[in-house]
Amino acid sequence: MAVQILIPTPLRVYTKGEKVVTVEAGTVGEALRALTERFPELRRHLFNEEGRLRSFVNLYLGDEDVRYLQGEETPIPDGQTLSIVPSIAGGRR
Amino acid sequence: MILRLRQIHQDQIRAHVEAGYPAEACGIFLGREVDGVKIVERLWLADNRWVDPTEQTHRFLIPPEEVLVAEREAAAAGLEILGFFHSHPDHPARPSNFDREHAWPWYAYLIVSVENGRATDWRVWELSEDRSAFMERRLEIVP
Repeated sequence: MAVQILIPTPLRVYTKGEKVVTVEAGTVGEALRALTERFPELRRHLFNEEGRLRSFVNLYLGDEDVRYLQGEETPIPDGQTLSIVPSIAGGRR
Repeated sequence: MILRLRQIHQDQIRAHVEAGYPAEACGIFLGREVDGVKIVERLWLADNRWVDPTEQTHRFLIPPEEVLVAEREAAAAGLEILGFFHSHPDHPARPSNFDREHAWPWYAYLIVSVENGRATDWRVWELSEDRSAFMERRLEIVP
């Protein structure tokens, strides 16, 4: 089914300026794969060298963090929007 | 890229990071980008939510649910998130490897060095596209 993914401003340069990308997917993981297959340059900003989602990159289905649902296995109900949201962390060391 | 702050924003950031000392303090820039100039219209002062309070002298966190709320508020006002600031207590205003691992290109990252409780050095950084380094950018203060 069609899933809309909201792209945060810094990553739009890798999606040809698109703010919303629509992909065919049944789960969060499938949506991410479809997104990065279409726009491969997104990969290094979403995933680390081991291919895992970077720790500061979060995915929200509506208002729910998918980490507290079923992670990448989380099914996406029809009409739901997936948001990519950074947590902002850092520090002097 | 240039980060353009109003004097009142700089004053608010100074008060926020000095009040937070010796912990790191942080916040979000909302505004618009015009021809490579990031014009801050609104400042979002955040609490440092790093989970272990004893580590807040060298770590900070703005959790994603707060970024999401800020993003929606920005969008409703026709603005966007331009970047973030945080303080380095008793440490230079240069990004650490930890900062680099937790950043995206395009955003403006302002780091304020706070020495003995006083904000002394202000520097803006942008992550390179290949994620290998931060490049220093210009901070512009306008009335």
